Amino acid sequence: MMPTKNGFTNFIAGSAVPIIFILISAAAIPLSGFSATYLVQELLIRIGRNSFLILSLLIPIMAGMGLNFGMVLGAMAGQIGLIFVSDWSIVGIPGIVLAMIIGTPVAVALGFLCGSVLNRAKGQEMVTSYILGFFINGVYQLVVLYFMGWLIPIGNPTLVLSRGYGIRNAVSLMGMRTILDKLIPLEIGPLSIGAFHMDAVTIPAATYLVIAVFCFFILWFRRTKLGQDMRAIGQDRVVADSAGIPVDRTRVIAIVISTVLACYGQVIYLQNMGTLNTYNSHDQAGMFSIAALLIGGASVSRAGIGNVFLGVVLFHLMFIVAPMAGKNLMGQAQIGEYFRVFVSYGIIALALVLHAWKRHRDRMEVRGALRDSQKTGKGAE
Amino acid sequence: MFIKKFIDAAGWPRIIIALFLLSLFATAPFVGVLVSTSLSNTLERFGMNGVLVLAMVPMVQTGCGLNFGLPLGIIAGLLGATLSIELGVRGVVGFAAAVGLAAPIAAVLGYFYGHLLNRVKGSEMMIATYVGFSSVAFMCIAWLLLPYKSPTMIWGYGGSGLRTTISVSGYWQHILSGLMAVKVGHLAIPTGMFLFLAAMCFLVWFFMKTKTGTAMTAVGSNPEFARASGVDVDRMRIVSVVLSTILGAVGILVYSQSFGFLQLYTGPFYMALPAVASILLGGASVNKATIWNVLVGTFLFQGVLTMTPAVINNILQTDMSEVIRIIVSNGMILYALTRKVQVKR
Repeated sequence: MMPTKNGFTNFIAGSAVPIIFILISAAAIPLSGFSATYLVQELLIRIGRNSFLILSLLIPIMAGMGLNFGMVLGAMAGQIGLIFVSDWSIVGIPGIVLAMIIGTPVAVALGFLCGSVLNRAKGQEMVTSYILGFFINGVYQLVVLYFMGWLIPIGNPTLVLSRGYGIRNAVSLMGMRTILDKLIPLEIGPLSIGAFHMDAVTIPAATYLVIAVFCFFILWFRRTKLGQDMRAIGQDRVVADSAGIPVDRTRVIAIVISTVLACYGQVIYLQNMGTLNTYNSHDQAGMFSIAALLIGGASVSRAGIGNVFLGVVLFHLMFIVAPMAGKNLMGQAQIGEYFRVFVSYGIIALALVLHAWKRHRDRMEVRGALRDSQKTGKGAE
Repeated sequence: MFIKKFIDAAGWPRIIIALFLLSLFATAPFVGVLVSTSLSNTLERFGMNGVLVLAMVPMVQTGCGLNFGLPLGIIAGLLGATLSIELGVRGVVGFAAAVGLAAPIAAVLGYFYGHLLNRVKGSEMMIATYVGFSSVAFMCIAWLLLPYKSPTMIWGYGGSGLRTTISVSGYWQHILSGLMAVKVGHLAIPTGMFLFLAAMCFLVWFFMKTKTGTAMTAVGSNPEFARASGVDVDRMRIVSVVLSTILGAVGILVYSQSFGFLQLYTGPFYMALPAVASILLGGASVNKATIWNVLVGTFLFQGVLTMTPAVINNILQTDMSEVIRIIVSNGMILYALTRKVQVKR
């Protein structure tokens, strides 16, 4: 371990991202001029909407495979499920469940593919899964834009483009909109603490319940044999292999679980939105989830449930206030919009740099320590 | 056997793609596509993209991986282009001014980018991607705020902020591709652009043969060995990143003069992917690339991109070009990333 004199530096380096974000938010909230009620309500909705997707990233990180940029594969599977369910006009909770059921085999197949590809690119999992996301996006477009309504029968004409095949850009999910969120009606407030005043806000309780179940699943999963194997692989692949853990197989399982969960997460996300942007929704799901997780203080090799919720709150706080703050500060909402995009990408870059830098430095220290001990016979400084 | 030798040298993926391209050209006349027009388009796009693909070579050679950070160079190029238009210089001088202004900007950006990549050895590609993205997003804000005045570039209403696409006609449109262009029937050959591409290729080739260039290759093939022989690994890597960034800047200028427009804002976002795919298609690997890889790859990639939609659209009566582009380019990158497990160092 590092000596204590570096403890503070390490703490700052480890928590730099959330600290920066808290500062940005603290500056931007008063500038935006939003009321506390509005902000809290928006945040409550967005926590319900996004947490599940972000949680799906945790298991591959545990297995040492980094950020699973391939989660967009799961999101696409969920969307395929939703397209079919809309085609058959099944609404409400049955629709949501059925979409998940249809999405599952697709997600398992894609996850298996992704896991197998990543096993051929060890050490470069992130960039490979990222490119794989693009590649499968092409295949997805081929299927949805050209095959659906031609090779794959789609009965509902409102879904199909006017040329006779291919799904429209936007699919309305009105029959499912906020169904899960409103399953258990719950309202709290009004609330007044000193200068802080807030009117009544609604809480999407059923969605929170699903998310809570998922969190317990992850906690439980970590203790299982499989979960322990994954953590061992995450620590050191070679050691895990010599300990008799089937490394490649376990890695594939980690990705399959993540992809299936991302599929469910996307269904939950879209039932809240109420509209499926057939050709964009999944893209944003990947980028925003990863950015949020990193903003919550996770690194490429370590992430917990706490990071997910801190991240979702901080990221979406910025998401809500940035355009208004930009408008009030610069006179153009567009600037806040671009700023938001810049921050999402910039934060991923920053987190990756911090992680790689730390790994590089650790390696150099180990090397230096070895050299010192060889030269002088003493231990590392 | 000669054939076996040829297959070994060229590699199966290239042979398959080349045969595919040939079959497309062979089918074209039967589905009502003019071969000469298609060939002209292929040649034009080959010249347009050549320098952008060439920008991959120095970084791959020093083991910095595929330059997914190409947008950084592109931004430098766009800054040079907009500055040159702002100054109001036209024609050859305008283009030269754009190159002259873009190169130092690219050098400075590349220098810092190189320093950054030196600190994250082993994760260059992922970080390059996001450095590229964040710089594009940052420039989106900058394009809105920079105090440009030229009425051809700023929004008509409001009177400030650059337009999303800026026409370079009247400044230096087709300044290279129109130079000494040969026209035979429907077939047009952009001689000037080819000469420029050849000159750039020669410069890079020549540079790689100099003492510095050899040291760079050594760093890419075996960094430990290079270090032991007294080569400053970090410095060589920075030189290569600077060179790649400058080539990216020049590349986008060549691209824009042929295309006729500058694409600002989110335009440069995904420009690295086709360039990366091209050089891989040409037979480069994640840590070795030659000028031939650039030329062969760009021609095959652009050929397939031009011909597939033309032929398929005429057969199926639909426009599938975008989907095909996505599948082909990302498929190539995936193939290269998974081909060798030893890409990790």
